[in-house]
Amino acid sequence: MPKARIYITLKPTLLDAQGRTIQNALHQLGFEAVQSVRVGKYLEIELAPDGDPRAQIEAMCQQLLANPVIEQYRYEVVDE
Amino acid sequence: MRAAVVVFPGSNCDRDAYYALRDVLGYSVDYLWHAEPRLDSYDLVVLPGGFSYGDYLRPGAIARFAPIMDAVRAYAERGGRVIGICNGFQILCEAGLLPGALTRNIGLKFICKHVYVRVENNQTPFTRLFRKGEVLHLPIAHGDGRYLCDEETLRRMEARGQIIFRYCAPDGSLDEAWNPNGSLEAIAGVANENFNVIGLMPHPERACEALLGSTDGRRILALQ
Repeated sequence: MPKARIYITLKPTLLDAQGRTIQNALHQLGFEAVQSVRVGKYLEIELAPDGDPRAQIEAMCQQLLANPVIEQYRYEVVDE
Repeated sequence: MRAAVVVFPGSNCDRDAYYALRDVLGYSVDYLWHAEPRLDSYDLVVLPGGFSYGDYLRPGAIARFAPIMDAVRAYAERGGRVIGICNGFQILCEAGLLPGALTRNIGLKFICKHVYVRVENNQTPFTRLFRKGEVLHLPIAHGDGRYLCDEETLRRMEARGQIIFRYCAPDGSLDEAWNPNGSLEAIAGVANENFNVIGLMPHPERACEALLGSTDGRRILALQ
């Protein structure tokens, strides 16, 4: 069964307020090596075996899963 | 005047909007459940604030696919007036009826307070009762109100006057210290290209009676 793993993050040019706050917290904990943190969403989607899974996932990302004004996405499709 | 207030699962300012439109402004008002496939002739359609569909995925992302939204889109294309308040603004952006997007406040906090907003364009059906540059006192209550769009969209909106409200200091000057959520160019409200659809993060429906601290919202909702 094809399974997609989808990663959605804010575009790199946009300030990630959550990421910055987590970065500050990590610094306070002593993890001073942290240079940047970006927060995103991770989705797993299982698909029926027929059809083109990549084309379907691409369409899902464009129509619903990501907002192209502020977000970017990438995904991988594996067979499990 | 006939107005409709759309109710999504998770809307929580629908009753405030209903009250302001009916009891303060004297309109005939209907609630429209999100599953309604049709929308009759109204003078105004309100998409109210709240947390439609729990803000799952992104605020407004799921509400945009509600059956009523096809009817709202058709109504807007016919020139019907639509105002999206807070979550309603987010829904209109997700639906592509307004440009841009709203994301997490820069300080991450949910902000609930009164702010000052400057009228940038008073040539719209929603701002014609104000002077250009007039400063309004309106409440906000949101966690995802930081308005963003790309450079080209921003330039086009500025040229056409689609930016209708900006957060400002009490004297009307622009100052990042008075931009509560980090919005691009302090944008608090925008219109579509035909100015019959607007969205704003402040809540005009909560600023219609002196008892609540401001009556500025009444003039946004007052239609001709």
